[in-house]
Amino acid sequence: MEVQSFKESWFINTKGDLLSGTVVALALVPEAIAFSIIAGVDPMVGLYASFIIAVVIAFVGGRPGMISGATGAMALLMVDLVAGYGLSYLLAATLLTGVLQIAFGIAKLARFMRFIPRSVMVGFVNALAILIFTAQLEHFSGAGWVMYAMVIGTLAIIYLLPRVSTAVPSALVAIVVVTAIAFLTNTTVSTVGDMGEITKAFPSFFLPAVPLTFETLRIIFPYALGLAVVGLVESLLTASIVDESTGTYSNKNQESKGQGIANIITGCFGGMAGCAMIGQSVINVKSGGRGRLSSLTAGVVLILLIVFLGDIVSQIPMAALVGVMIMVSIGTFDWNSIKTIPIVPLTDNIVMVVTVITVILTHNLAIGVLTGILLSSMFFVHKISKVHIRRSIHGNRMMIYFKGELFFASVTDLFHEFDYTMDGAKEVVLDFSEARLWDDSAVAVLDKIIRRFEDQGINAYIIGLNKLSSDLNQKLARKLDNH
Amino acid sequence: MYKNILLASDGSEHALRASDHAFHLASCNQEAVVEILYVINRAHAKSSTLQNWNSPEGIDVNEENRSAIELKAKKADIPYQVTTLEGEPGPTIVEYANQGEFDVVVIGSRGLNGLQEMVLGSVSHKVAKRVHCPVLIIK
Repeated sequence: MEVQSFKESWFINTKGDLLSGTVVALALVPEAIAFSIIAGVDPMVGLYASFIIAVVIAFVGGRPGMISGATGAMALLMVDLVAGYGLSYLLAATLLTGVLQIAFGIAKLARFMRFIPRSVMVGFVNALAILIFTAQLEHFSGAGWVMYAMVIGTLAIIYLLPRVSTAVPSALVAIVVVTAIAFLTNTTVSTVGDMGEITKAFPSFFLPAVPLTFETLRIIFPYALGLAVVGLVESLLTASIVDESTGTYSNKNQESKGQGIANIITGCFGGMAGCAMIGQSVINVKSGGRGRLSSLTAGVVLILLIVFLGDIVSQIPMAALVGVMIMVSIGTFDWNSIKTIPIVPLTDNIVMVVTVITVILTHNLAIGVLTGILLSSMFFVHKISKVHIRRSIHGNRMMIYFKGELFFASVTDLFHEFDYTMDGAKEVVLDFSEARLWDDSAVAVLDKIIRRFEDQGINAYIIGLNKLSSDLNQKLARKLDNH
Repeated sequence: MYKNILLASDGSEHALRASDHAFHLASCNQEAVVEILYVINRAHAKSSTLQNWNSPEGIDVNEENRSAIELKAKKADIPYQVTTLEGEPGPTIVEYANQGEFDVVVIGSRGLNGLQEMVLGSVSHKVAKRVHCPVLIIK
């Protein structure tokens, strides 16, 4: 894997980038609107966010060819903040999110992303997919058959058209066709315009109107932290996916800082916090996008669409948008993880499912990731805390072999289940050549076992401790419980 | 009897083993040439990134195995050439094998990971079924 030079990352693939960026822009419009609706803000908040983030990331991002904008994962985290305190606090939280992400990048923490267990990452994308899907269901409440027919029609075009031609993105064709049908037949269905006005204007600079007090910080900090973490998890996962699909390497710390800068600028222009988008980035690479120019093109074409064709955009029926979002959720879900359930270790499956369920219950991907990490650490500790003991008698000597890791989590069971019977032997040798002492709990339990033997008048000897374990034992043995 | 030998490889351990047999076949014939074909599949980037999430980034085991194969060829003093294609492994190998004039195709019975095989089906099976020349599948 190689890293491109800055000039290469801009101009190595000009034609492909211009084309793929345009395709992505067309696909960004419905998503940005739909994610705004999820967050409970005006469509413009998501559209401006997607425009600004895509443009800024083109210059400061670490992964050329990756597309960032307003995303579902971030929108889901904002719902309560928007509902409780309004848009200004969301914009303030967006600024703070950017600051936290820049700090993350400067501290070079990106490599720790690889410490998040695989099953948690799978749970993350699956939960995200499920939430995007369920967020669409409310649009069906009270809707007539026309709504269902339009959604099914949208999905039919999206999935069947590529069998005929892949020249034009099928989601775009679906939106155009469904919008045209609604317009021509004069059907009264809810449209994007009903969700909020599409302002045919470029975004302008303004700082969030919030009081600069500790109280404000107290309100926005938890949200900003969640947004920063989730934004980076999705961005760095997406960056790795683009690495994999283009066979090139990218700077993840640079990407973290870039995401932060993009969010700060977005917050100053009335846009909501965003991050990299898995689906859009895959579309971009598949459409031939490789360089920074593709992201810049996507952002610029998006805003031009809004400014010049805003009236048409607001005529798009919600049904078409719902159809597109159902496609996005199907594409986000890791179907491979379902097919591999029978062959993946049970504990990994449990971690994945618990991560998903936690996210669905809390609507918070950050809490889901944290729960998943904690659970899989617990499984890990449980797995390595099994100490195996084997006994054999040689003349009047009892040999006891220990195998495994002796530390705070493993010694309790060891101590309670330890077998002191001697079967006539006169001395005991504890062999640790296949074991290791890790902490004071291990040494303390070893002390107790030896003392229990000595209380019975039996000499106990320790052999086979490796250097580290025996150093620890010498330092601590018989000193821990003498008080 | 086997002059033009196509060794289909994905850089896996199995492919490494298959290369032993390909080079042995080649050593039986003075004029034999081995063409090492790597097929890189980027279509499943999302699932494979998730699959390998906890393996260290930047360390590409497959690449190490690839150079190991070429090293073997050099050691055995067997003329070889390398071709790299992108696409769905099965169809890409089949198409390439049927276009060229190969006397035999050598391929490992399993590929990069068992998980993908379960989902996508065995590449070696597809190759054996659709390639016109003899196919040697190495278990």
